[in-house]
Amino acid sequence: MEGYKVYVDVTAEFSAEGVLTPKSFRWTDGNVYEIQRVKDVRRAASLKAGGVGMRYTCVVNGRDSYLYYEDNNMWFMERAGA
Amino acid sequence: MILEVVPYKIAEEETRMAGRVILHSDCNCFYASVEHLHRPELEGKPLAVGGDPESRHGIVLTADYIAKRYGVKTGMALWEAKQLCPEITFVSPRMDLYLRFSRMAHEIYADYTDLQEPYGIDESWLDVTDSASIKGDGYSIAREISNRMKSELGITVSIGVSFNKIFAKLGSDYKKPDAITTMYESEFRTKAWNLPVGDLLYVGRSTKRKLENLGIHTIGQLAQTDEAILISMLGKMGSVLWAFANGFDDSPVRKENTHAPIKSVGNSTTTHRDLVNDEDVKIIIYVLAESVAARLRENGFRCRVVEISIRDNELYSFTRQRKIANATNITEEIAAEGFRLFKENYDWRKPIRSVGVRGADLVNDNYWEQMDLFCDFKLRDKLMKMDATVDDIRRRFGFYSIQRGIMYQDRILSAVNAKDDHTVHPHGYFNQ
Repeated sequence: MEGYKVYVDVTAEFSAEGVLTPKSFRWTDGNVYEIQRVKDVRRAASLKAGGVGMRYTCVVNGRDSYLYYEDNNMWFMERAGA
Repeated sequence: MILEVVPYKIAEEETRMAGRVILHSDCNCFYASVEHLHRPELEGKPLAVGGDPESRHGIVLTADYIAKRYGVKTGMALWEAKQLCPEITFVSPRMDLYLRFSRMAHEIYADYTDLQEPYGIDESWLDVTDSASIKGDGYSIAREISNRMKSELGITVSIGVSFNKIFAKLGSDYKKPDAITTMYESEFRTKAWNLPVGDLLYVGRSTKRKLENLGIHTIGQLAQTDEAILISMLGKMGSVLWAFANGFDDSPVRKENTHAPIKSVGNSTTTHRDLVNDEDVKIIIYVLAESVAARLRENGFRCRVVEISIRDNELYSFTRQRKIANATNITEEIAAEGFRLFKENYDWRKPIRSVGVRGADLVNDNYWEQMDLFCDFKLRDKLMKMDATVDDIRRRFGFYSIQRGIMYQDRILSAVNAKDDHTVHPHGYFNQ
């Protein structure tokens, strides 16, 4: 079964202070989506996709989406749909 | 002057002990909850963690609440569980994942107190007395922790709030899952005293039977029994249990990091075929010792006792252990000591079904000890370097990239994956 957990390629920036900020990601359709703003960063569990990580609440095309940074240094997102 | 200061200090300590706020936090069905979180497709379906579902052996380590409703219990054979609950999904344990979650839980606890004492991998006592002025009373701290565990780790906890460790633990067992129960000094006579005596920590099956023979069925009855009768019946433990039941437990919550979180590291396995000679056993002991020693090194521990357990094909089993001269995490030393113990204690009356190796009495890597005049330290140094190199090669190229020669004498036997059969033993409640 195709899961709700989607690992994505992410381009991110490390600031001189050591703060990690994702800038864009490549979704499964091959398109690269710009992250306009990161609204919130906190550790959170994703019950939908299954996993735990630092959760970045990103504004993409004016809408909020969650981007998780897992302990294994991989980024994942939740696939839409019930 | 000094004489005046000392009693004051003691008095202050007593006041502090009297008004303690102790939490006991217990992650509900810990392994199963973590697995559920990582497998959202199994939501609402029964799940149990344990063994290797494909092979004949294996037991249930943890069942989730759905499976428990069907009567599935920890320690049950997989096939038994399947009979009770045909819908059940078995998953192999992923100990490293659970340890990671345990560590993250401790990070959350650490925001509230430095006095946290783990009891196994999924339970902890927290002394939050001194956080009350900032974070609120025990109940609000418990609620905050519970909410954070849910949102940050995706698992639920049961928390008991009390003035001592024993009643805090009773509180966390009182209602599950995802609940907070208070056992304050004003409440324990109504709440705790009605509970069956077997719920009290350190009342096991046998003690419970003895107490029931005396007509003691509840914790309240235990508390009201004459202490002397209990002592005559149970010895020193009688007095301890009597104090527990009356809320006189004043044992402190130990500071974090003063203890290794675990008491021993062990691996055991049931082999695919019965072992029939020394050579077979040697292979298995080496496989297990490799895993035990690697895990000791990984966690920065060394052991001072080596223990083996043997079970023959009629399921008769025994364990033997010995203190070794120098604390070690060297594979060769643990394996050699294990094999020596085996040779001294087994006469091959029957083939062997299962073998276990364990390193106990753990000390951390900084532990110092008296050097032994007759021990070859150069050799030990070399062995340590060799183990470190093997660890490194395995980390980079995989476990099977480098093997001992002995493993090639029987590839099927040595293919046992010792790392699957993890065991974690909590410290006992009393001083270790």
